[in-house]
Amino acid sequence: MPWGMVGGAMLVSLLFSIQACKPKGVQSAVSGDSAVKAYVAPGKYDEFYNFVSGGFSGQMSVYGLPSGRLFRVIPVFSVDPEKGWGYSEETKPMLNTSHGFVPWDDLHHPALSTTEGIHDGRWAFGNANNTPRIARIDLKTFRTAEIIEIPNSGGNHSSPFITENTEYVVAGTRFSVPMGDKVDVPIKSYKENFRGTVSFISVDPAEGEMKIAFQILLPGVNFDLARAGKGKSHGWFFFSCYNSERANTLLEVNASQKDKDFIMAVNWKKAEEYVKAGKGMKKNVKYAHNVYDEVTHMATSKIETEVLVLDPKDCPDMVYFMPCPKSPHGCDTDPSGEYIVGSGKLAALIPVFSFTKIQEAIAAKNFEGDYEGIPVLNYDAVLHGEVKKPGLGPLHTEFDDKGFAYTSFFVSSEIVKWRVSDLQVVDRVPTYYSIGHLCVPGGPTKKPWGKYVIAYNKITKDRYLPTGPELSQSAQLYSIEGEKMQLLLDFPTIGEPHYAEAIPAEMIMKNSTKIFKLEENKNPYAALGEKEAKVERKGNEVHVYMTSIRSHIVPDNIEGIKVGDQVYFHVTNLEQDWDVPHGFAVKGANNAELLIMPGETQTLLWKPDRVGVFPMYCTDFCSALHQEMQGYVRVSPSGSNVPLIFSTGDQQ
Amino acid sequence: MKHRIVLSMIWIALLTFASCGGGDKVANAETPEAAEAGTTDLGQAGVQDDESQKDIVKVAVGSADHSTLVKALQQAEYVHALANAGPFTVFAPTNAAFDKLPAGTVDNLMKADQKDALRNILEYHVALAVYKENMIRDGQSLGMANGDNITLQVKDGKMMVNNSANVLAAVPASNGLIYVIDAVLLPPAK
Repeated sequence: MPWGMVGGAMLVSLLFSIQACKPKGVQSAVSGDSAVKAYVAPGKYDEFYNFVSGGFSGQMSVYGLPSGRLFRVIPVFSVDPEKGWGYSEETKPMLNTSHGFVPWDDLHHPALSTTEGIHDGRWAFGNANNTPRIARIDLKTFRTAEIIEIPNSGGNHSSPFITENTEYVVAGTRFSVPMGDKVDVPIKSYKENFRGTVSFISVDPAEGEMKIAFQILLPGVNFDLARAGKGKSHGWFFFSCYNSERANTLLEVNASQKDKDFIMAVNWKKAEEYVKAGKGMKKNVKYAHNVYDEVTHMATSKIETEVLVLDPKDCPDMVYFMPCPKSPHGCDTDPSGEYIVGSGKLAALIPVFSFTKIQEAIAAKNFEGDYEGIPVLNYDAVLHGEVKKPGLGPLHTEFDDKGFAYTSFFVSSEIVKWRVSDLQVVDRVPTYYSIGHLCVPGGPTKKPWGKYVIAYNKITKDRYLPTGPELSQSAQLYSIEGEKMQLLLDFPTIGEPHYAEAIPAEMIMKNSTKIFKLEENKNPYAALGEKEAKVERKGNEVHVYMTSIRSHIVPDNIEGIKVGDQVYFHVTNLEQDWDVPHGFAVKGANNAELLIMPGETQTLLWKPDRVGVFPMYCTDFCSALHQEMQGYVRVSPSGSNVPLIFSTGDQQ
Repeated sequence: MKHRIVLSMIWIALLTFASCGGGDKVANAETPEAAEAGTTDLGQAGVQDDESQKDIVKVAVGSADHSTLVKALQQAEYVHALANAGPFTVFAPTNAAFDKLPAGTVDNLMKADQKDALRNILEYHVALAVYKENMIRDGQSLGMANGDNITLQVKDGKMMVNNSANVLAAVPASNGLIYVIDAVLLPPAK
């Protein structure tokens, strides 16, 4: 065959394959000005913070948009040796649960606090999916301030979505489980013994402290995702649920039998009334409530033993089901609060429900029947309409500031833009590949900031340099300023990104904490000046009250430690200067190192296991003389009479 | 209160949109609009921070007695270095100390072609590491940033530098320690 023909055939097939991959009508993947739109020049700030869940890493990461630059990984539900999280004595209690210390969990969804439905930049919440918990992250310090465990739950997936004024953050069970006194039951008795719950956790409006206000006991379905009503629907909460078949095995097949599952509508204002009227039942449970105190720089963990449960049987007009096609996953309310979008994982259309029609149907008792005693509203009566043939496998929907919705499609790997008012598809772009969640800045709020949509993809295949069997997960930034979505940038993410939120930088950066004030440090082991540095022995416990400042530690020579001692290094960073942490490490430490912020005290437990002299040093490059910031600890045999002495700088 | 929060949020929203500008302006370093929005180009001494302890540069700028020194640091482009993490010990001559120099010396050093000479003199006032008073012994020699040494004298609890400058005060800063002195230190002639 002549070369020309081979080349021509290859060219034709190449062109054909490119065209075949591309949905009709989309522009070329990357256009000329993409680089300019995503480029943030050195010395310039990004416009948005992007808080991205770390999925199976258990953490939350913070990126800048549009640059995609990673600024910080906030340790939440997993230990983080880099920051001493879960290793320092002060932070260990944060990972305590009713099951004891849990070092690694799975964080799927961030939720940024809102006031009157608009971002207020105070807190980010995150869910622990495996051992059910909710964390509150303080956006002044970018640190996890509080973690509360959720009892009567298995798989806290439908969480931590929030109400308009952050009155409540919710936690819905993915796994229904047996609960109460009868928990040792055959798995096959699922239909009889397994129940689901959704929990409403109140958030103190000033300090943010969380408390489980009430749980609602529900049929044994799988709760998946949720969104609060807003504006006219404020006071309601919507939860998607699947497995209305109530299968306990091979859900891949057995939970996909019915044409429709449900979106559950909860009137939480009504639930509050029932709580006030004493309709709740107090149930004995066990769950941990952990709080990090910024003044003592220590966490405490308390085990709580009671929760208030509302049963819809005793509380009419509180819970309704709406039929929703094919195992709904996403359940998203538009900025007006009028429309609730259900996304059936296996559906080829997107139903959009109308809050006004829901209220009318409830008033008219327009029910198709009931499910386990809970009224099921008539599908056609509550439907605003369906987005027809949008793609295959709709998952999640976010909204912009111009009346458009953006829905992710896992199977067809694309974002589809449609108009909320008339449900017409107006644009679609391919993603690379298999998009899960997506994010428009302010997308779940009453006031979307618009400008971008970011796709968080599950599979990247050929997008990045290969790194063995697992590749970096991927986010993709698209401009939504024009009529057509425009791909600007790919950027890799930590762990696996599930949901993410983005917020204008100005709302956060101005409040960012720079230092912890030494005069406010109430850690009982703080040494607030070098004169307070000391070493004390209490039996086989030795407490070293140590200070760090550029560029020395006090004391830096310690003798009189014995094998078998438990040595607590309580290190206070005396710096009062932004971005000057000190680190601390001692040879042979079996857990990790410390990283101590300016003005803070952190404690490392060291159990010397042999005789010798052991180096210790600052691990965070702090100054030109960082490499001089070091010392020695002498460890003698357990019966030794070497006196306990300590010093710094006494040699001449 | 609620209304105030909402109002301020609306402001923030407006500001955001204003600073975002049109899509074509985003992060375009060539346009003045982009240059003024959220810039961090000022360097270490320009970092906006009213919470931290003041660094050596900020302490000097805040001292009315050190305006000549500050001008000299600016002229010698030595400001950002002294806002660095350090740690430094800086001997900071007062305005009166500069006035004691022969007439015209300071004016001459402030000329563009004398920049290197000025920088050399200023570096002769800076040591790396924090030398607290209680660490200093009589006769101790310190290596300075310009490569020359100074000698410290301690008599009756009072410190002098090179037998010529009296230490008037010690002022801590976030990135080191300032000794206020009453004479300008001149590097040894080569």
